[in-house]
Amino acid sequence: MQLTGSEIIMECLLQEGVHVMFGYPGGAILPTYDAMSLYADRLHHVLVRHEQGASHMADGYARATGEVGVCIATSGPGATNLVTGLATAMMDSSPVVAITGQVPIPAIGSDAFQETDVTGVTLPITKHNYLVTDVRELAYTMKEAFHIARTGRPGPVLVDVPKDVQTAVTEFVYPAGEIVLPGYDPPWSAKEWEIDAALRLIGEAERPIILAGHGILMSGAMREVQELAERAQIPVSLTLLGKGALPEAHPLVIGMMGMHGEACSNLAIQEADLLIALGMRFDDRVTGNLATYALNARKIHIDIDRSEINKNVKADVGIAGDLKTVLSQLLPKLEGKSHPDWMGRIRDWQEDSSERDILNYETPGHLLTAQVINDIWKLTGGDAITVTDVGQHQMLEAQYYPHQRPSTLLTSGGLGTMGFGFPAAIGAKFGKPDEEIWAIVGDGGFQMTLCELATAKQENVNVNIAIINNAFLGMVRQWQELFYEKRYEATPMVNPDFCKLAEAYGIPSRRVVMRDEIEDAVSFARGIDGPTLIEFVVEKEEMVYPMVPSGADLHDMKRRPKPGEA
Amino acid sequence: MAEINTANKVTILALVENEPGVLNRIASLFRRRAFNIDSLTVGRTHKPHVSRMTIRVDAGSEYARKIATNLQKLVNVIDVRVIDNEPHVERDLALIKVRNDDADSRNTITEICDRYPARIVDVGPHVAIIEMVGTENIIEEFIDEVRPTGIVEMIRTGVVSMGRGTRIHDTDFKRPELARLETETGANGNGRVV
Repeated sequence: MQLTGSEIIMECLLQEGVHVMFGYPGGAILPTYDAMSLYADRLHHVLVRHEQGASHMADGYARATGEVGVCIATSGPGATNLVTGLATAMMDSSPVVAITGQVPIPAIGSDAFQETDVTGVTLPITKHNYLVTDVRELAYTMKEAFHIARTGRPGPVLVDVPKDVQTAVTEFVYPAGEIVLPGYDPPWSAKEWEIDAALRLIGEAERPIILAGHGILMSGAMREVQELAERAQIPVSLTLLGKGALPEAHPLVIGMMGMHGEACSNLAIQEADLLIALGMRFDDRVTGNLATYALNARKIHIDIDRSEINKNVKADVGIAGDLKTVLSQLLPKLEGKSHPDWMGRIRDWQEDSSERDILNYETPGHLLTAQVINDIWKLTGGDAITVTDVGQHQMLEAQYYPHQRPSTLLTSGGLGTMGFGFPAAIGAKFGKPDEEIWAIVGDGGFQMTLCELATAKQENVNVNIAIINNAFLGMVRQWQELFYEKRYEATPMVNPDFCKLAEAYGIPSRRVVMRDEIEDAVSFARGIDGPTLIEFVVEKEEMVYPMVPSGADLHDMKRRPKPGEA
Repeated sequence: MAEINTANKVTILALVENEPGVLNRIASLFRRRAFNIDSLTVGRTHKPHVSRMTIRVDAGSEYARKIATNLQKLVNVIDVRVIDNEPHVERDLALIKVRNDDADSRNTITEICDRYPARIVDVGPHVAIIEMVGTENIIEEFIDEVRPTGIVEMIRTGVVSMGRGTRIHDTDFKRPELARLETETGANGNGRVV
């Protein structure tokens, strides 16, 4: 079958099971947009309002489904606008394929109109990228791109296609069979001696703790991790992106770790004699000061990325492999154990934390972010997919919206990308049309990508937007309060009237200022089949506790005082 | 001159796809991970699609392994090996231009060259070019000896290494789509529009 490069791109997307792509047209990608008309019944294109939104939507789609998300942009500014979204996907190992137009081959290197060296620009923020210089290589390259994006440690892959390659014609054959790349061979299973060494450490441990990361979700190892925890009675602490790996209601789950993690998690890590790190990478937001991190513990580290092992924390047993496979090797040999003293110690810490819980504070009736988020949790039965932006509301979501299912909290962890939440929620809805989706965003981050309100309206995407409006860049303000003597430089915000803004886009909205209005507003949003916006006007100067100051020891947390002590 | 301490030096061998941009990917990796390297050489092998790199690191084998695991993640890097204590042959090549404008300097240069695996490959009335092949250490020693005579220009290739005996570092790699294209349409297929 003789096809143009543009048609080949469409055929390849279909072959890879893609149904939806997020993009924005322009000169160098026009042939591909023209080909879309032939495929409109099978491939839905979502017109975004800024290419950054397209990359976040593809990312949100990928995180919600585990499938590859696809975004498309033109050359030059179109492609550079994707950059923030690609870097976000890279840091959080999200499988995204970006297709960009490029100026025709003879014009490359001539500073042509809308020419940018996009493979150069995206080199450090993609798992791999391609500049296709021959239409005959296009189909194979597309297949390779999807393969690389979704296998091993997933990540974004960019395919840059010059305009003349899009218009060139060749015989289309989708390469059959598995992709074999000699330089790309993600580790899979563990060696027997590695399993035995890990089992020995688990057997000897008296105060073990599992550090459950994003890799569990990506490997689909939820059941195996739960079995490990239950059989050896090991408490489980979650990373931000590991939330949902185990149901948070599970008695062994002791909450998030790290800078704004549960105090009991951080204290347990510091006192543990064994860390079992599963699909996580000891990010500095998780470890605090490395020199004093978990000094009492031996470490088992299992991750699919070999270069993560011994990168930040030295492992006593480091296993590079697919988590589900490795744990399946380990579990048959694992003996039952229990650690009643250790669990008792953790329960004491948990009790102390619950006394400090802000939900136990008397409040005058106006809104606190934690209450808003906890009420949304209650009113949605704790079963919605929440997509957050970055900052205080993000950490409070992690603390006050317990997740019971995998991939129901989508958030930018590694890169901490403000503006991620709302477009990622749109992408997630396309991936999970039957799920209830809440974009929980701050007033600052929302304004970075609010142009996608038009996209949500045009596509009638049923996403509920909860803006936590404190008229501040809250997390930055918190740092200024704690570490810069309350010099609130460039953090107070004069915001638009968000409800009028929604109205301008034809999106129904509510403003909530008192706690007793939350329920009505949430059910209003849930009742509408299409985008809705609720503005929650919260207290201006809240704090997120606990907090491990940047670079401090993990046990050195700033805590919220108990009600009597405040 | 202090002797070069090679105790901490580790060699990384990498087989990479002979493709545009591969060196850029590797350089970009070293830059963004702040890896400090001593020298990097790259050249073709006897396989048309494969180039080979020798990377010298002056920071011990643990550091070298960190670099190696990161290198291995690059899709275009086919295979990586860290040569630590294994017996291997290593060679560096230097071209050294020295002052040669009086009898004294001419004699000194000739005398030093006799004692090293070095030869004079170009002689003029004012300067001469010495070519020297050997291990990094020997070249360093040689340079120290000729330095008083007056080095006016120098270039070195950086170290290349190969394991001794049957320690063979090779690959059957062939880019799959190239294989397909070559059998399908021949080198100048009808697809390309320029």
